[in-house]
Amino acid sequence: MNGWDIFTLTFCSLGVLFFIAGTLGLLRFPDVYSRIHALTKADNLGVGLIVVGLIPQVSDLYQLFKLLIIWVFILISSAISCHLVAQQEFKQRVKKAVLEQPNVN
Amino acid sequence: MDTIYSVLLVVLLLSLLFGLFRIILGPTKADRILAAQLFGSVGSATLMLQAVLTENWGLLDVAMILAILASIALIAFVKLGDKKE
Repeated sequence: MNGWDIFTLTFCSLGVLFFIAGTLGLLRFPDVYSRIHALTKADNLGVGLIVVGLIPQVSDLYQLFKLLIIWVFILISSAISCHLVAQQEFKQRVKKAVLEQPNVN
Repeated sequence: MDTIYSVLLVVLLLSLLFGLFRIILGPTKADRILAAQLFGSVGSATLMLQAVLTENWGLLDVAMILAILASIALIAFVKLGDKKE
C-alpha cells in the first residue's frame, strides 16, 4: 500500500461518510425542503470526494477526463432537479393555501 | 486494498437500500422522486468504485448514463405533473 493508495482510501471513505449523511437526512428530516437540502448537497460532495480519490488509480488520461465529466454531470443534474422539485412543491402549497382560505369570493 | 474497496461498496449499497425506504414512506410524490434521484447519484458512485476495483472501464459509461437518466426522470415527473393539473 503506497502513498496514493492511502490518499484514495482517505478520500473515498470521506465520500462514503457524506453519502451516509445524505441518506440519513433523507430518512430523518421532517419536511420536503429540508430533505432536498440534505440529499442534493451532501450527495454532490460525496461524489466529488470519491472522484478526487479515484483519480490516482486510473491508468489513462481518457478515463480521468471521463471521471471528471461524470462529476460535472452529477453537479448540473442535481442542481437542476433540486430547483425543480422545490419549485413544484412551493406551487402546490400556494395552491392549497388559496383553496383553504375561507372568504375568497 | 481490494477488501477495503469491497467494504466501501457494501456500505454504499446499504445506504442506498435504506434510502429507498423513503419511497415506501414518503407522504408526497416529491419525496418519492427525490429517492429516485438518490438512486442515481449513489448508483453512479458505486459504479465508479466498481470500475476501479475490477478495472472494467466500461462501467464508467454506465455511471454517466445513470447520473443523467435519474435527472431526466425527475424533469419528466415535474413537467408532466404540471400539465395534468
